[in-house]
Amino acid sequence: MEAHVRHRQLRLKTQFMILIMVLAGPLGNTLLAKGMKEIGAVSFSSLSVVLETLGKVLSSGTIWMGIALMITFFIAYSLVLSWADYSYVQPASAMAYAVVAILGVLVLHESVSPLRWLGIGVICLGVIVVGRTHPNTTEAR
Amino acid sequence: MLRFVCFFLVVVAGTAGELCISRAMKEAGEVHDFRLGALLQVARRVARIKWIWIGLLLMTIGFFALLGILSVENVSFVVPVTAMSYVVGGLGGMLFLGERLDRSRWTGILLVCLGVALVILGRH
Repeated sequence: MEAHVRHRQLRLKTQFMILIMVLAGPLGNTLLAKGMKEIGAVSFSSLSVVLETLGKVLSSGTIWMGIALMITFFIAYSLVLSWADYSYVQPASAMAYAVVAILGVLVLHESVSPLRWLGIGVICLGVIVVGRTHPNTTEAR
Repeated sequence: MLRFVCFFLVVVAGTAGELCISRAMKEAGEVHDFRLGALLQVARRVARIKWIWIGLLLMTIGFFALLGILSVENVSFVVPVTAMSYVVGGLGGMLFLGERLDRSRWTGILLVCLGVALVILGRH
C-alpha cells in the first residue's frame, strides 16, 4: 500500500514538472519573441547600432521575464531527469513545439498555415520516436 | 543570409554548447548530495573544467542568435525549425562521442527533418 502511494506521488510529481516544462519553455520563447518584436529587427550595420540594440535587449522587462521562464524550464528539466527516465520525459517535452505555435497564434497573433501545423505534428512524432530509442548507446556491452 | 547564419548559430552553437556542458558534467561526476554546501563544492569543481566555459560561450552565442532571428521571424516558425538540433545532436553524438544510432533513432531524426521541411514550406 505504501509503495502504491509512493508510486502515485512520484507519477504526480513527474507530471507536474513536465507541465511546468511544457508551459515555461514555450511561454519563455513567446516572451523573447514579443520583446524582440518591440525592439525591432536587429541590424549589424555598425558597432554602435549593435551596442544600442544590446542595451535595449538588456533593459527590456519582457525579455528578462522570457529569460526567467527559460531558466525555470531548464531547472524543471534538470530536476525531473534526476528521478524520471529520459525516455519518459523527452517525448512529453515534444509537446512544447505544439504549445509554442498555439501561444504564437494566441499571444502574438501569428498566422500558422495548415502545412506548418502538419510539420509541427511530424516534428513531435519524430521527437517521440527518438525518445523511444535506448538513451545510452555507448555503455559497455 | 543573416537569417540563415542566425538559424545555423542557434542550432549548431546551441547543440555544441550542450554537448560541451554534458561532457563537463560527466567529468565532474554525478551529483548525489543536494545540500547547499555540497552544491557549491560541485560548482567550484565544475568551474575548473574548461568544457563548461566553452559550452557556456557557445550557448550564449546560440541565445543571442535566437534573439536576432526572433526579431524578424514568427516564434511559431523559429522554434520548430530549431528542432534541427536533434539532427545535429544525433550526428554529433555519432561522430564525436561514438554513439550508435539504431534504425528507429534514424527514423525519428528523419521525421524531424521532414517536419522542419514542412514548417519551412508552410512559412507563408
